[in-house]
This record gives sequence, C-alpha cells and structure tokens, in this order.
Amino acid sequence: MKFSIQVNEGPYQHQASDSAYQFTKAALEKGHEIFRVFFYHDGVLNGTRLTTPPQDDRNIVNNWTELAEKHDLDLVVCVAAAQRRGIVDDGEAERNGKDATNIAPKFRISGLGQLVEAAIQSDRLVTFGD
Amino acid sequence: MSDTKNFMFLNRRAPYGTIYAWESLEVVLIAAAFEQNVSLMFADDGVYQLVKGSDSSGIGMKNFTPTYRTLGDYEVRHMYVDKASLEARGLTTDDLIEVEWEDWETEESVDNIVEVVDSEKAAELLENSDTVFSF
Repeated sequence: MKFSIQVNEGPYQHQASDSAYQFTKAALEKGHEIFRVFFYHDGVLNGTRLTTPPQDDRNIVNNWTELAEKHDLDLVVCVAAAQRRGIVDDGEAERNGKDATNIAPKFRISGLGQLVEAAIQSDRLVTFGD
Repeated sequence: MSDTKNFMFLNRRAPYGTIYAWESLEVVLIAAAFEQNVSLMFADDGVYQLVKGSDSSGIGMKNFTPTYRTLGDYEVRHMYVDKASLEARGLTTDDLIEVEWEDWETEESVDNIVEVVDSEKAAELLENSDTVFSF
C-alpha cells in the first residue's frame, strides 16, 4: 500500500513524531511504500538540525534523517508553517534576509500543495497529532 | 493530475487558542485549488469556528471568520456541523454564519452550504470520504 504521513506536532513535547517515525519504519519493513512525510503546524520543528537532546535520549530529528537516507524518503516541511516557526534553508534565508539556516539533512521546505498531492497520490494519509 | 478525490476536513478545535483552525483553513484553500471535492466538518469545539460576530481584536489575532464565508467561492460545496457538538455548547443554527455557494458557469446556486447533521450522518460522511484531514 502507498502511504503518506502527516506530522502535526513538534518533537519531545508530544509523542506524535515518535509514533509517526515508528509507523513509517514498520510500514517500510513490511514492504509498503511511503510516498511522502509532511510536517505541518509545530511538526515543522522536527526539521531543525540544531536539536540537541541529552545523550541518553533518542534523537528524533536524526532518526528521521537516518530513515530518509536509508529509504530515500521525501521529508517535506511546510513553508508557511516553517516561516512562522523559524525553520530556514538556504533559499528561505536568502528570500527573507535571514543570517542562518537550520534545516536538517534530508528535509526540504515546500508548499502545502505537497500535502494535497500526497493525499491524492496515496492510498492512505495517516495523521499523527495531539 | 486528473485524479479527483473526496476530501473531508475535520475541524475539532476552537478558532483561537491554538493555530490548528487557521492552518487547516490554509490547507482547505490549497486543496480547492487542486480541484478536489472539498467538504468540511465541524465537531467538538470546532463548531465555534463558524459562530458569527466573533471579535478577535482583544487578543491581537487576525479575525479569520470572514475567510470561511468565502469558501463557497473556492468550490467548497459542503460545510457540515455536528448537531450534538452544537447542542452541547448551547448553540443553534442561528448562531452560525451562512456561506453562499454559486457555480459561475451553470449559475446554479445554494444560499447556505452550512448544514447541521446528526452523528449518524456525520459518521456516514466521514466513511464515504477518500481522505480525512484531521485538525
């Protein structure tokens, strides 16, 4: 089956991102396809490489990056939600005159059309949120 | 992309206090631009999103209730309100905004696409949707 995943909460405060990660990992292990993972609302905060959890805790951002590297996942951060919450890549830094970037490896910033397209193209859109 | 799906946006949160309602509306507008069959359902505190006469000036937030009124122009054809949620909050249809819909090509029009439905009908509508966006 072809799945897309929507993550609506940031890391650590809520379990949403952890659950979405575990679901995505399990689906891939079962041979399903993940068309796209879309990060919305505070979910965009899963896409900053500056996250530094204690060493004995899981690193949610790195988990996503590593899973994406292994399975060539498409991790998309919503641009409008990202701009509000300070998630920045090279393009956004240049467009909005910011002096730094923080987007994590394998994540990309794009529009809400990517979520709608994912819903159209996938058999199931699975939402993880509060 | 020629696929057309039945999208249902399930809105369950109050309009202010969190950003979910506003950012849900942003997805609705984009989905309509993709020429999908877009319907909205309001349940739980989500019914407050359609209460008329709201004034958000005291909390420094943009009042986005007027945006709901324009959804008919974005080809949104149905806006359902869960009856039990409405009643539990002491609200009636009279408290809700009206949203007009008109097909510019056929001139077919509906005065108000906001429709109060019972739980059974709401469940049926969700069941018959291809995709439910939950906010």
